[in-house]
Amino acid sequence: MVGVEGSYNDKVVRQFAVMTVVWGVVGMLVGVFIAAQLYWPALGFDVPWLSYGRLRPLHTNAVIFAFGGSALFATSLYTVQRTCHVRLLSDKLASFVFWGWQLVIVAAAITLPMGYTQGKEYAELEWPIDILITIVWVAYAVVFFGTIAKRKVKHIYVANWFYGAYIITIALLHIVNNLAIPAGAFKSYSVYSGAVDAMVQWWYGHNAVGFFLTTAFLGMMYYFVPKQAGRPIYSYRLSIVHFWALIAVYMWAGPHHLQYTALPDWAQSLGMVFSLVLLAPSWGGAINGILTLSGVWYKLRTDPILKFLIVSLSFYMMSTFEGPMMSIKTVNSLSHYTDWTIGHVHAGAIGWVAMISIGSIYAMLPRLLGLPKMYSIKLIDTHFWLHTIGVVVYIASMWIAGVTQGLMWRATDPENGTLVYSFVEALNATKPYYLFRLGGGLIVLAGMLVMGWNVFKTFRLAAASTAPQPVLPPNAADARA
Amino acid sequence: MVPGLITAVLLLLFVGGCIWLWRPGNKPALDAAAQMPLDDDKEGTA
Repeated sequence: MVGVEGSYNDKVVRQFAVMTVVWGVVGMLVGVFIAAQLYWPALGFDVPWLSYGRLRPLHTNAVIFAFGGSALFATSLYTVQRTCHVRLLSDKLASFVFWGWQLVIVAAAITLPMGYTQGKEYAELEWPIDILITIVWVAYAVVFFGTIAKRKVKHIYVANWFYGAYIITIALLHIVNNLAIPAGAFKSYSVYSGAVDAMVQWWYGHNAVGFFLTTAFLGMMYYFVPKQAGRPIYSYRLSIVHFWALIAVYMWAGPHHLQYTALPDWAQSLGMVFSLVLLAPSWGGAINGILTLSGVWYKLRTDPILKFLIVSLSFYMMSTFEGPMMSIKTVNSLSHYTDWTIGHVHAGAIGWVAMISIGSIYAMLPRLLGLPKMYSIKLIDTHFWLHTIGVVVYIASMWIAGVTQGLMWRATDPENGTLVYSFVEALNATKPYYLFRLGGGLIVLAGMLVMGWNVFKTFRLAAASTAPQPVLPPNAADARA
Repeated sequence: MVPGLITAVLLLLFVGGCIWLWRPGNKPALDAAAQMPLDDDKEGTA
C-alpha cells in the first residue's frame, strides 16, 4: 500500500445528495400539478404564472437539471475522489459549483413562471442564466478534471470516462445552442434561424438526453452497481467498447426529432440510421450492468437498493429499444406529436434516470455519513414498489393514449380522403388516460416523499458521526507518483 | 469518396481497438481496474 494523507471532501457531495431529494420532490410535484391541469384545465385559475405553458418547462428543468443534475454532481464528485484516491482539487471551487448551481435552479424557478423563455425545449433559460450556467460548468470541469489530474492511481476508472465525456459534451452543447443576441435583460434572439435553428436545437436536445441523461448516468451505473453488488463489473473490456461506441454514435441521432419537417431528407435518414445503430452500445452497456449480478442474483431478494439499480437498467433497455424504433420514419409518422413520446420520455426519465439516481443516493448516503445502512431498509423497499408501480402506470397510460391519438389523427375516409375524426374527438378518447397518468405521477411522488423522510431520519441518526473520511491508499501496483 | 474513406478508417480503428482490448496480455490490468469501486469496501471504512 502507498500512503496517502488527508480526507475526502464529502461536504459538497452531501449537499448535492440532499438537494437531489429536495429538487426531486419539487420537480415531480410540479409534474403532478401540470398532469392534473391536463385533466382539469381550469386548475390554472387564469393566473398566468400557473399556466401549463409556463409550468411545463419548470417541471422539465427541475427534474432534469435540478434533480438529475444534483444527483450527477453528487455521485461524480464522490466517485472521482474514491477511484482516484485523492481529495477534490479545490474545496472553494467545489462549494462555488454547489451554490452556483442552486442559484441557476432558483433563477429558473423564478423566471420560467414569469414567462421569460428562449422557447427552446430544455434550453428555455434566458441569456444571463445561460452565462451563469457556463461559469458554473467550467468550474465543475476544473474540479473534476483537476482531481483526475492529481490522482494517486495510474488507471482512470471507466465511470470517470463517462462523467468526463458528459462534462465536455454538455459544455459544447450548451454554448453552441444558446448562442443568442440579447435584446434586453431577459430577452434574446437565437443566432440561428429556420431549419438550421431546428437542427441545432435538436442536436442539443437529443444530446442533452444522450450525454446528460444517459452517458453521465452510465458513469453512475459503472460505479454503484458493482459497489452495491459487491462484484466487479461483468466485463471491463465491454465497458470500454461501450464508452467509445456510445460517444461516437450519439452525436448523430438528433435529426430523428425532426422527421417529416423542413430538414433535408438525407439528414432525417441519417438521424434514423444512427439511432438504430445506437441500440447496440446501449444494450451492450445495460447487459454489462445487469450481468454484474451473475452469481449474486439472490441479493435482489433482500436488497431494495440493488432492485432500484437493476430495474433502472431494465427501463434503460426498454427506452433504448423504443427510441430507435420510434426514430424509424414509418413508426415516427404514427408516434410523433402524440403522448407516446411522453410515455417514452418518462420511461427514460423516471424509469432509468430517477431509479439509478435514487438507488445510487441510497447506496452512497450511509457511506457518506459513516453509517452501516439507511435509517429504514423497509422504507426503501416501499419506495421501490411505489416508484415502479407509478412508472408503469404512467408509461402504459401514455402508450395507449399516444397510439390512440396517432391512429385517430391519421384515419381518413377512403371514399373522399377526409379525416374521420376531429381533433377534439381524439382528445376525448385519450382523456381517461390522463387521469391514469396523474395517478401514476402521484404514486411516484409519494415514493419520493418516503425517500425524503428516510433521508431526513438517516441524517438525524448520523448527526454525531460525520467526521471526515480519510483518503484511502491505492494498491502499490496501481499507484502513481 | 473522402467520407467513405474516413468511415472505413474509423471502422478499422474500432475493430483494431477491440482486438487490442481483448489481447490476453491486457487481462490482469483490466481485472485490476474493474476492482476499483470495491477498494473502499476492502478497507472496511466505506
